[in-house]
Amino acid sequence: MKTVSLTINGIVVKAPQGFSILEAARSAGIYIPTLCYHPDLVPEGACRMCIVDVSGVKTLVASCMYPVEEGMIVKTNTAKVREARRMVIELLLANHPKNCLTCRKNGDCELQTMAADMGVRTHRFDWGERKIHTFDASNPCLVRDQEKCILCGRCIRVCRDIQQMNVYSFANRGF
Amino acid sequence: MDRSVLEGDPHRVLEGMAIAAYAIGAEEGYIYVRAEYPLAVQRLKIAIHQAEESGFLGKNIIGSGKNIMLHIKEGAGAFVCGEETALIASIEGRRGMPRPRPPFPANEGLWGKPTNNNNVETYANVAQIINKGAAWYRHFGTAESPGTKVFALTGKINHTGLAEVPMGITMREIIYDIGGGILDGKKFKAVQIGGPSGACLPEELLDLPVTYDSLTEVGAMMGSGGLVVMDETTCMVDVARFFINFTQSESCGQCTPCREGTKRMLEILTRITEGGGSESDLELLEILARNIKQASLCGLGQTAPNPVLSTIKYFRDEYEAHIKEKHCPAGACESLASYIITDACKGCGVCARNCPVHVITGKAKEKHRIDQERCIKCGTCYTNCPFDAIIKG
Repeated sequence: MKTVSLTINGIVVKAPQGFSILEAARSAGIYIPTLCYHPDLVPEGACRMCIVDVSGVKTLVASCMYPVEEGMIVKTNTAKVREARRMVIELLLANHPKNCLTCRKNGDCELQTMAADMGVRTHRFDWGERKIHTFDASNPCLVRDQEKCILCGRCIRVCRDIQQMNVYSFANRGF
Repeated sequence: MDRSVLEGDPHRVLEGMAIAAYAIGAEEGYIYVRAEYPLAVQRLKIAIHQAEESGFLGKNIIGSGKNIMLHIKEGAGAFVCGEETALIASIEGRRGMPRPRPPFPANEGLWGKPTNNNNVETYANVAQIINKGAAWYRHFGTAESPGTKVFALTGKINHTGLAEVPMGITMREIIYDIGGGILDGKKFKAVQIGGPSGACLPEELLDLPVTYDSLTEVGAMMGSGGLVVMDETTCMVDVARFFINFTQSESCGQCTPCREGTKRMLEILTRITEGGGSESDLELLEILARNIKQASLCGLGQTAPNPVLSTIKYFRDEYEAHIKEKHCPAGACESLASYIITDACKGCGVCARNCPVHVITGKAKEKHRIDQERCIKCGTCYTNCPFDAIIKG
């Protein structure tokens, strides 16, 4: 397979054509935070945690979906990128229950880890409306706490692409 | 504007699409049109049928051996389906949600095939340009933005409707010479250009030549070509709230900044128009707007903050008046309005009799007064005063 050469944070990285920026960066040991990305699933670029700065592109791009190109210059950790990622985390937390301490996922939660990594200890939207959902424990095998959902879409994709059942889908549009 | 082309001259669009299909070797075409435009859908169906009967569409077009089949796809009116990848998803029968580009539809579009995706206005121009030549088309407009553009004039303007103008014309010419100026001789305040995610431009920019580049420079965009003219009675904070309310409810909900961010912007703007805004709100709005623009997945989120950013940039004093003085300079925000009886009051008592909460007092033939604490700001006294003695401030 053809290999392309790109620069990430000043480091020249070689990656097979068709790789995403995220895959190229991870193969070179460069960390980019992700939430909706999962290595076994088709990426969707929805959570916007993995955004990076690509020279010549107007906006920040989701590295999980942006294909590598020859000569591409990528920066994964600029002030602009960090500010936008912090905003994404804050916005997710603003619509999330604040009961980490009593949550069964405490200490094993990607959102919590990501917020801690980025030093987000509070958010600026504590006055905001939060979506209220009923806690669904009607199924003997599964409990579903919709209020904790950050709409990453992993469950939809795993059911659609891995299980081939396509049982789940998004309903409505968030707010 | 696109609707009026589809309703008024659908054959122009069909011809443009047929030429485009011929140029790229395509045999299938889709017209994505809102189901809420039944007349456009009906006339398109008639036009496609007529074109097929005459041998200009369908199989073996005018004996050339080329086939071009055009289909109509009726959309359910989601704003985000104007974004090309969401539009394609919708045609494919999926939920109308965009996906990141690349790959661009030109490489991987409808059903994963290379797709030429254009606006109604673009296709409608194709046949004219081919008939009369590119030089003819380029002689309209400017070097960087050649040709013409149709604007949909609306708002507080004397002549509303569609106007096709050469690029490079100034906003003042469009609003005053073509649009006939501001309704009721009121003072111009702002013009919102480019649809719900366009920017609001102030009077200082009226002489700006309208081109793609000049609009981008001032933080605006050509967009759909909608021009909403606003006069002195329009509150710019309320305008920003209005448009964010629209984009927030039209956000598809897929990406975090647009889904969650537009909601928070709407909450802040609502709070400011209701008198609950604080000085840090303005800064937070700007930070939100900047990051939503940068981090959103598609054009909807990337442009949604434009009304907020442009009104903060050009009408910051109005935001500050709402926040610091709890006062709406345009008198448009009902929660901040107060009605005051001036010395022109003759003491007729009409206001007191009509006040639904009985808070206007005064003796006959003497100046009345309103108890501001208990006033519900309904405006009944204001509209009923026979002497125009009540002012809104």
